[in-house]
Amino acid sequence: MRIELDVNGTKHELTVEPRTTLLDCLRDCLDLKGAHAGCEHGVCGACTVLFDGAAVRSCLMFAVQAEGSIITTIEGVTPAPGELSPVQDAFCETHGMQCGYCTPAMILAAHALLADNPQPTREQIVEAISGNICRCTGYTQIVEAIALAAERMRGANRPQA
Amino acid sequence: MKAYPFDYVRPRSLDEACSLLAGDDGARAIAGGQTLVPMMVMRLARPARLIDISRIAVLAYVRADEFGISIGATTPQGVVERNALVGAKVPLLARAIPHIGHAATRARGTVGGSLANADPAAELPLVAVTLDAVLSYRFGAATAEVPARDFFVGPMTTSLPAGGCLVNVGFPVWKGDRIGVGFREVSARRSDFAFAAAAAQVALGADGRCKRIAIGVGAVTDFPIRLASAERALIGSELRPEDVKAAVRDELDGHEMLADLHASSQYRRRAAVALAARAVADALCEAQTSRTDAH
Repeated sequence: MRIELDVNGTKHELTVEPRTTLLDCLRDCLDLKGAHAGCEHGVCGACTVLFDGAAVRSCLMFAVQAEGSIITTIEGVTPAPGELSPVQDAFCETHGMQCGYCTPAMILAAHALLADNPQPTREQIVEAISGNICRCTGYTQIVEAIALAAERMRGANRPQA
Repeated sequence: MKAYPFDYVRPRSLDEACSLLAGDDGARAIAGGQTLVPMMVMRLARPARLIDISRIAVLAYVRADEFGISIGATTPQGVVERNALVGAKVPLLARAIPHIGHAATRARGTVGGSLANADPAAELPLVAVTLDAVLSYRFGAATAEVPARDFFVGPMTTSLPAGGCLVNVGFPVWKGDRIGVGFREVSARRSDFAFAAAAAQVALGADGRCKRIAIGVGAVTDFPIRLASAERALIGSELRPEDVKAAVRDELDGHEMLADLHASSQYRRRAAVALAARAVADALCEAQTSRTDAH
């Protein structure tokens, strides 16, 4: 089937089998390897992308279901080549990653949370990433990273005195 | 983790979707797909054709009507979670939804999908049974309504005919003041499948005693059940925890409990009694402190 997807601000016309998941489509057709294939049945969260702004699991959708939607992957959150988003920066600074397998999904889950709630409580941060499994960090630095990013992103929008 | 090949159709109207579903044994409806897609990629489900009903606008809404509050079958759980009307009129539903999966699955997973899937451990079937919700479905051009207590007939099994399409679930709204709700469950990890769950809604009279009560338990039997005898025993009481426990225990004695590797039937029975007592205690506490204009 022919479908049209808006991925990271670029429109793509693609031909996919109906059984191709959005995850496989992003990785194999568009070479966006930042969406990670972990469990591939909706348990680990490593394949999280933003679907019309909401964090969703790209392994739990067929690409044909996403037709006409706006998708953002980790490759699409950087403001410019060579730069990092405030969330990515915060993950680096607080050591919010070790092996990195869960990281793109964690960062996208954080972006979805902060777009909706610029001042999340610790409990809300934990809830927002509760569907994303990390086997390295023990989560503490990830929560710290999201709190730090939230603080910075609020500051960035503060009117100057 | 790749599904068998299948055909994919996205009908524009409900009529078209219903006729496609009713006329094809190999067809299945898909909306959010948060259960169906993993079943398909694990090859536990093999529909020949998916009828995508997720973009049929007339199936996604939350509105007040003759049922109380009606929710369209393809309304995402995350939308209902944040809906102010649901929070004010069907607080038990609002309380239960955060227990369903995670934010990322609630963004796609739909109310009707969870009901039609009828997982014994699912929260929405439990709330529907506890509150006596009414489910409406289409079969071809025909429409039918079925109360939640007759909709769930076994694990992952409903009375929805093959080829039918769930369209609406109506939740009754309790009138009056001094109403409280409680929802409790135990699972291995946050938002995992529950081993036992309980829902309660309580209305108190002017004397502070129980005027009306609904108690349901889920994840312990083949499908969620409402504890009608326990409710009758508790009407007019002060809802003391020991009385609630005794009433729930008595009624559950007549039911066989599920058992699996994670939770034995004895454990599920104990947990269901304890959770029901806590859910009623939460509801009582909320009813005692609720403002008169809260509902």
